[in-house]
Amino acid sequence: MKKNESYEEFVKGIWRDNPVFVQVLGMCPMLAVTNSAINAIAMGMASMFVLVGSSFLVSVFRHVIPKQVRISCFIIIIATFVTIADYTLLALVPAVHKELGAFIPLIVANCLILGRQEAFASRYPTRLAVMDALGMAGGFLLALFSLGAVREILGDGALFGFKLFSENFEPWIVMILPPGGFLTLGVILLFFNWFKYKKDEFLADVAEAERGGS
Amino acid sequence: MTAGATRQPAAPSSMRLVLTLAIAGLVSGVAIIGIYETTLPTITANKARELREAVFKVLPGVSRMQALVYRDGRIMVVPEPDKDEPVVYGGYDEQGDFVGYAMPGAGPGFQDTIALLYGYLPREKQVVGMEILESRETPGLGDKIYKDADFVAEFSALSIEPEIVSVKKGTGTQPNQVDSITGATISSKAVVRIINETHTAWAEQLPAPGTEPPLSGEPADNGTGQ
Repeated sequence: MKKNESYEEFVKGIWRDNPVFVQVLGMCPMLAVTNSAINAIAMGMASMFVLVGSSFLVSVFRHVIPKQVRISCFIIIIATFVTIADYTLLALVPAVHKELGAFIPLIVANCLILGRQEAFASRYPTRLAVMDALGMAGGFLLALFSLGAVREILGDGALFGFKLFSENFEPWIVMILPPGGFLTLGVILLFFNWFKYKKDEFLADVAEAERGGS
Repeated sequence: MTAGATRQPAAPSSMRLVLTLAIAGLVSGVAIIGIYETTLPTITANKARELREAVFKVLPGVSRMQALVYRDGRIMVVPEPDKDEPVVYGGYDEQGDFVGYAMPGAGPGFQDTIALLYGYLPREKQVVGMEILESRETPGLGDKIYKDADFVAEFSALSIEPEIVSVKKGTGTQPNQVDSITGATISSKAVVRIINETHTAWAEQLPAPGTEPPLSGEPADNGTGQ
């Protein structure tokens, strides 16, 4: 039972409550750094590190932090993790850090991260909070990657820098420019909503049939 | 949202609130100092290595370098240039003979500052290599100033006298002309302008060809590290 509970917290972030496609949070990094798959993954990993670390600490200290100053405390915790991520990336992968630029420090302003602290980590036991953070960050990473991959394949004819098509392929430069981000995100959101609509329709049909049958 | 529903039964004292924030800030500060101190050596080493690689790339045949600055009316060798002090890098071959300068320059591009490094042979008055160090030019268009091998190759034997001129693609005939990139005219022109400006700024300060400072004996050639 307990196991199922944490599994449930993990899975909901990946699909049903996906932070980007369903909750439409974290749009800034979503649109800004997804012009290539590798940038998207680096951003996703950095956000995951910050989200999991902060959720863990917030959940551990949830009874110690007075309600009146909780938001300030969350921000201090998040900002510390963001700074750690910033310097670590700068030291280990300077090329990626150069590409992501100002968007690493801006993780601190990602509403997804503060949102999870306020809505989940500060109210639930540590294990659940970490599972929730992993799920949400996983969903965010997945969303960033799908956008980054689509944009890089269409806009550069490559994935992770490897050319996929012959020389005859003319890259859609617009896809790696900001408008491409909006276009791709729009199409993916359209797919998600269509899928949800179809699912609801199907469930309604099943309920109908069951009522008719009995 | 009603006020009564969210109010705590007994509000904690202000002292406790202040203390909580103070402790959080203190712990956070210590953590940040810790990570800064841990990563600083790697970051500095990375930057020095990048610079060295760029210098060797823009000056073919160079395997040693030292930083040069203009002080008291002459060019001199310094192990550590001051912050914000204009600096050029002297490139020397295996035997320690002077080959050329690697000159850093920066200026406005299409979107943001372009910082570049170019190799300059004073005797031939030629640019022999150019490397973009920093830029935020449009992906797919302006970023061709470093992704387009043909454009970068334009700077591999380029006469700088009287100055470099950018011309429309395919029309460059003179040794001091650079073919602009179609669709990235502003970025291409910016690169040419930055090199010209840097050249003019240093022209008076660099010593006459043949009188360049020799490679200083100590191995403190700016970040060779190891």
